[in-house]
Amino acid sequence: MEFINAIILLLNYTIIPALTYGSQLALGAIFVTLVYGILRFANFATGDMMSFGTMIAVLLTFYFQSLGISFGFLPTALLTIPFAIIGMIFYMLFIDKFVFSYYRIKKSPPVQLAMVSVGVMFVTQAIIRIIIGPFDRRFFDGEKFILKATEFKEMTGLNEGLTIKSTQAITILVTIVLVSIMFWFLNRTKTGTSMRAYSDNEDLALLSGIDPKRVVLITWIIAGVLATIGGVLYGLDKSYRPFVYFNNMLPIFAAAIVGGIGNPFGAFLGGYVIAFAEILVTYAYKKFFTYILPDFLEPDSLIQLLSTDYKFAVSFSILVIVLLFRPSGIFKGKTL
Amino acid sequence: MKQYKNVIAAYTIMILLIISVGVLQSWSIALTILNYCLISAVMTIGANIQWGYAGLINFGIMGYTALGGLAAVLVNTPPVKEAWKAGGMEMIISLILIILGVYLIQFILRKLVKSKKRNYLIALIIIIGFLVVRYISGPAIENIEAVDPAKTGFLGGLGLPIIFSWIVGGLFAAGIAFVVGKIALGLRADYLAIATLLIAEIIVSVIKHEDWLSRGVKNVIGLKRPVPYEVDLQNTSWFINLVEKFHSKKLQLISSLSEKQDILNQLVIDASSVYVKLCLAGLFLTVVIILLILTQKALYSPWGRKMRAIRDNEVAANAMGKNVVKEHLLIFILGSAIVGIAGAMMVTNDGLFTPGSYRPMRYTFVIWVMVIVGGTGNNFGAILGGFVVWFLWVEAAPIALFFINFFTSHLEETNSFKAHLIESAAYFRFLLVGIGLLIIMRYRPKGLIPEKINIKKI
Repeated sequence: MEFINAIILLLNYTIIPALTYGSQLALGAIFVTLVYGILRFANFATGDMMSFGTMIAVLLTFYFQSLGISFGFLPTALLTIPFAIIGMIFYMLFIDKFVFSYYRIKKSPPVQLAMVSVGVMFVTQAIIRIIIGPFDRRFFDGEKFILKATEFKEMTGLNEGLTIKSTQAITILVTIVLVSIMFWFLNRTKTGTSMRAYSDNEDLALLSGIDPKRVVLITWIIAGVLATIGGVLYGLDKSYRPFVYFNNMLPIFAAAIVGGIGNPFGAFLGGYVIAFAEILVTYAYKKFFTYILPDFLEPDSLIQLLSTDYKFAVSFSILVIVLLFRPSGIFKGKTL
Repeated sequence: MKQYKNVIAAYTIMILLIISVGVLQSWSIALTILNYCLISAVMTIGANIQWGYAGLINFGIMGYTALGGLAAVLVNTPPVKEAWKAGGMEMIISLILIILGVYLIQFILRKLVKSKKRNYLIALIIIIGFLVVRYISGPAIENIEAVDPAKTGFLGGLGLPIIFSWIVGGLFAAGIAFVVGKIALGLRADYLAIATLLIAEIIVSVIKHEDWLSRGVKNVIGLKRPVPYEVDLQNTSWFINLVEKFHSKKLQLISSLSEKQDILNQLVIDASSVYVKLCLAGLFLTVVIILLILTQKALYSPWGRKMRAIRDNEVAANAMGKNVVKEHLLIFILGSAIVGIAGAMMVTNDGLFTPGSYRPMRYTFVIWVMVIVGGTGNNFGAILGGFVVWFLWVEAAPIALFFINFFTSHLEETNSFKAHLIESAAYFRFLLVGIGLLIIMRYRPKGLIPEKINIKKI
């Protein structure tokens, strides 16, 4: 019994939150990696692009709520995602046409494109703050819990409760579905294959008749889908605040690089690596050890490797370690 | 002379802009802007010698600025004796242990052959060292932070004049830059940008959360200035006489004695704040000029030519026998040290240290916009960039407000759209700076004052 209690404790406080957070990071990391692999630059506007998509969803959610439309026990925001995606894709294509395409055609070095993306970051941030303001906004509605701690305790008779928030379940499910579709698309369809070919070797891909404009267009469309859904899922789970989204860019970058930048599957796993590391290193294991150890060995300190203040620092340290020992990432990405 | 025409014109316009702020808003605001412009200029010099001279992207400016600020705290605040008694010894032992550990690892790296065993050994040393240091320092940190937490709760500093911290800040930043450079400099350009940004985040989060060192997010206030205080000036006779003389014409027109005294008091209060800011501006300007002279000399020296050669073609420079790795590390350290100086200057100017305010937006990206807008590789350009962008950053809100009022003048005051726009006027600074950057990148990619290289003809 003690042992099962310990497992449930870990599930409740580390594994489920880490899976949720990891899914949100993974979507962002795939977005970064796709842009890096196909458009060939580090996109510093990542966080703010996700924020932009989420902003549309938030505004639409408020509008739908005022009209009285709801999605039953699911959050209304899920209904608005398709519209938000369309808005997001239009914004991205607009930026691409007026900003990025010029440098792409000129074949500027990646650094210059990265700098340009800093400019886009500023502008996007300004637009978001002018439209919706810098404040914290909660747009979650519907049923909050799938499984409550008290219900779980009654059901099983254990000491430890297991809580599953509906946002956590939604996040994990949506991520699995979305990522499966995307990998199917990239690996099995002709368009997906042409995108990978373009990413591997641009010149050869052009020679074999792949239309670069089409590849770029589809990349932005996929990027728009990933950015919006990733952003909305994060916002539903925590809350929507532009500044937080900008900061999320950093662990997302870490995930993409740890997984091997340019490699979507690596980025997907990298998200979970970062999330699990952050949560496992900063979790206080005192209660866990009181369950599994005999009474005389019970710990009196918190058994916390690092305080939770260092959450971000943990993921960045992992990045530094990976860069030191495996510069191309855990799952071989593009070489540096 | 002709080639400097643009430079002189650009700087004249900039100075006129600041003066116009003085005339239109107030001299105190104008001088505040000027001081921040000068500090930004120091930062851009630092970033420019990394990016412009050597082509290294350092997005970690935020971290080095914070280190400079930390130096100001550690140099200027008086030592807290009770805290030292409570846990000073343990902290020193921990520090010695960490240094020993680093040396041990270096020793192993040098003496043992590269193998899996060696990696495990190093990992073991790090883990054991971490646990031992935690065990020793943990209770000591708690004791130190318990000493009068509302006011101190940290070890304090040396109690020296804050001016020294400018040098110490540079040294701190240089030391950390050495470690960071060793780790990250082998990476390709955009990876280097991301890696330095994330390492800077680590540095800032350490400064934020190690309360025993710098009070963390509880902030340190009341750092002593290197220039006189307003309150003291207002009671000094020579200063009052000076103000009286300065405004004698205006004062003569007033006949009533008590009224005259009131006006004089008000003038003295205004003048004292302007005087203090002028003193600071003088100090900052000295630093900028010294750095400018040094960097200009370096740029046109054989060393500067070597750096440009490495920047433009690493492979060729390497083939000519230039040690690319060493030079990159050197310039990374130099640039970071200059940014560290700027960080200490900024804390000197504010008189307080707020670790929570070090955010990548303000301390990395805006500085980079300054360098790119001003002109990469050209120190005059970089400094101008610092002035222009900071000026826009500060004055964007008033300018935006003016335009909003102008374009919505036909709308009523109660119109929600207008109210919303006026409320968000502060955020137009992001828009202005972002669009400025995009336009410069597109139509003048070398910046306002581009790099000029004179090749002597035979």
